[in-house]
Amino acid sequence: MKTDALWLRANVIKATRDFFWERGFLEVETPLLIPANAPEEYINPVVTLPSWQLQTSPEICMKRLLCTGHKKIFQISHCWRSLERGSRHLSEFTMLEWYRTDCDYQTLMVDCEELLQHITKICLPDKGYFAYNSVKIDPFSPWQRISVQEAFLHFGKVNVWDCLKKGLYEDILTSIIEPALAGFESPVILMDYPAELAALARTKSGDSKLAERFELYLGGLELANGFSELNDPLEQRNRFEDANRVRTCSGQAELPLPEPFLNKLATMPASAGIAMGVDRLVMLTAGVDTIDDIVAFTPEEL
Amino acid sequence: MYTVADLKKGLKIILDGDPYLVVAFDFVKPGKGQALYRTKMRNMINGSLLDRTYRSGESFEPASLEERTMEYLYKEGDHYTFMDQQTYDQVVMEEETLGDAKNYLLENLKVEVMLFGEKAIGISLPNFVNLRVTATEQWAKGDTSGNDTKPATVETGYVLRVPPFIEEGELIVIDTRTGEYSTRVKG
Repeated sequence: MKTDALWLRANVIKATRDFFWERGFLEVETPLLIPANAPEEYINPVVTLPSWQLQTSPEICMKRLLCTGHKKIFQISHCWRSLERGSRHLSEFTMLEWYRTDCDYQTLMVDCEELLQHITKICLPDKGYFAYNSVKIDPFSPWQRISVQEAFLHFGKVNVWDCLKKGLYEDILTSIIEPALAGFESPVILMDYPAELAALARTKSGDSKLAERFELYLGGLELANGFSELNDPLEQRNRFEDANRVRTCSGQAELPLPEPFLNKLATMPASAGIAMGVDRLVMLTAGVDTIDDIVAFTPEEL
Repeated sequence: MYTVADLKKGLKIILDGDPYLVVAFDFVKPGKGQALYRTKMRNMINGSLLDRTYRSGESFEPASLEERTMEYLYKEGDHYTFMDQQTYDQVVMEEETLGDAKNYLLENLKVEVMLFGEKAIGISLPNFVNLRVTATEQWAKGDTSGNDTKPATVETGYVLRVPPFIEEGELIVIDTRTGEYSTRVKG
């Protein structure tokens, strides 16, 4: 059982790598141990040596590569987020991230379609669909796009801004919206998030309350998070400081700012980048409901 | 004290003064959002189920439960009394708390009593108990009606189906997990 899962995992990773190589992306490796991640309200890095943390995402280093002239890059690497463990979470997990210059989040949505169709062709040639919680998701059927505002109104009969104000955003999202998305037999893109939920994303041109951010859902499982990148260093610093304020107010430790990243950010061209959970991609390919089934070892087994 | 990071299936905590057993647990965390800890818990006194969602920073009092071997003494109304043979401590349990276990309680039977503080909240029985049949109909030899069981009452008042050859006064073995007849005690 586990042997099959490991073969499938290897195939998914190989198919992903081939997909990006064939499209002219440069595969990069950036350091996993770094002095500072992007500070976020609810993501806690694993701190190892004094003043060094394991990456929670490779985004800081990958964006610095965009500043040095690289136009299309991807990376498959391990990330660590303290105390995250559940049927869809591991504290140490595998992330795929890719970045492109001279485009916005719309281009990434097309990348997602092509990537998932490619993986289905290579890894599921006979079956032809992904599965989660007994729902079959066909990546060749037309993808649905719903804005966050519409989703909250349509499925929850509530206004997303009200939910944010009352601290109910996560509850409504995970207990109403995601279960509603679980019924779709095609992939769903939830897009245009309230700006406060996208610390590193550019706001939408013409509506500064919204960010050009999207999440990809398959069978209600959140698979990827992408956005048009913010490249205004002052605005970025403000948002990092806001995140730290929320952290200190809720009794969490303040996090160091990634200064070299902030110093270079002004030189980053208009770009878009996305993070996809590789373990979840393997879960969907294997058609299993728990992340435990597709890793060599869970932390509890170590 | 436990924190949300300690939550898992099988954890026992105190909520509103009652002991609860975590029977299902999941960690959910929407992208960029706060972590939620979803639990389903069973009240260890009345068995009712409860769904609760917690956030980071919340804490719980562990429910310390103790199992002690005690002997069943007697019943008064719907109250059943048990005694620890070592300390002579006695505890009383209501019929409702005992549930089906009351069907097998014969004086001097040794059982495991689950204690929450001073309060007895349940018992575990041996898997098999021997009870004497106090009433059952005679098996009419040559009965070809095809019935392969008949009702029988045992000394605790419990009624169950037994094979036709079982007679009044016989000792039978009952499986307490299913409540069914298992075998006849020979001799």
